[in-house]
Amino acid sequence: MADATTTDIEHAEHAPHVHVTPLLTYFLVFLALAIGTILTVAASRYDLGMWNTPIALVIATIKAVLVILFFMHVIHSTRLTWVVIIASFLWLGVLFVLTFADYLTRVWKIY
Amino acid sequence: MSVVTNDPSAHEHHHPFLQHHFEDLGQQHEASTLGMWMFLATEILFFGGVLCAYWIYRVMYPEAWAIGAAQQIWWLGAINTIVLIISSLTMALAVRNAQLGRRMGTVAMLIATLFFGSIFLGVKAYEYTKHWQEGLFPGLAFHWNEVPALAPKVQLFMTFYWTLTGLHALHMVIGAGLLLWFIWRAWAGHFGPEYYGPVEIMGLYWHFVDIVWIFLFPFLYLIHGAHHG
Repeated sequence: MADATTTDIEHAEHAPHVHVTPLLTYFLVFLALAIGTILTVAASRYDLGMWNTPIALVIATIKAVLVILFFMHVIHSTRLTWVVIIASFLWLGVLFVLTFADYLTRVWKIY
Repeated sequence: MSVVTNDPSAHEHHHPFLQHHFEDLGQQHEASTLGMWMFLATEILFFGGVLCAYWIYRVMYPEAWAIGAAQQIWWLGAINTIVLIISSLTMALAVRNAQLGRRMGTVAMLIATLFFGSIFLGVKAYEYTKHWQEGLFPGLAFHWNEVPALAPKVQLFMTFYWTLTGLHALHMVIGAGLLLWFIWRAWAGHFGPEYYGPVEIMGLYWHFVDIVWIFLFPFLYLIHGAHHG
């Protein structure tokens, strides 16, 4: 689990294993989130046809993954935590895919 | 998994915040992190349900959705996005300070998080007041009628707007209340390298609410395709 960017502090026996993320990592993630916000606004100023929505979604998803991995420390979490997180998004996917498999096929018309 | 012993010395020097049903602080930390993620999984599906309904109608009424988003002041939403990202950074730094045993650093970063969270809610309150005055609150108070044919659909967009931002703001208010409690606990010196789990979990909640807004901002403020006066 330990890597070059992580300082591992061993404390008293049985204490939680502390991964102290370097300040630089936090500031770089913040910078990426700010740039992502600016890009989202910038992209929405242009008429990109059918691409406006996918671009906004992709940027928001990248921002969310950055927050989850680094701010929420999931990159250093146990595998069980990963299972819970991946499962929750899997269920979210089921919710959307099955719902739209219905709504998008109700009439012969491209919305 | 260590063997449970009846050795009385094992219980002599345990940490004041180690709950009796955990063997050690490490196990307690992992269990609470996992438990928080289970809760966040239910939150993801909670917001996911409303967002799924939002997308059904966005696909059905694209013009009304674009007009609805055009009623928002996009730069206020952008400022609030940045404000919330800053609050997530200070929250992450609060956890880091707790991990390093920096008591006042933890208190300061938690106060900063509460400060930026409050700015977000203040901007939101201004927007709500403005929408109310412009007749953009669904129901009897709804008076927007620039494009009469689309007015009911724009009202539907505004229903999603108030529901999604309202649920998000409710989470922010709860988060602010939790922060007040955590500022007190950090001040009292409850947290340190051996016991920073609660601050970490407070952070998980705060970052989750930030992530919800990361999606709400483009969904509610930035829909391209509005071609009205």
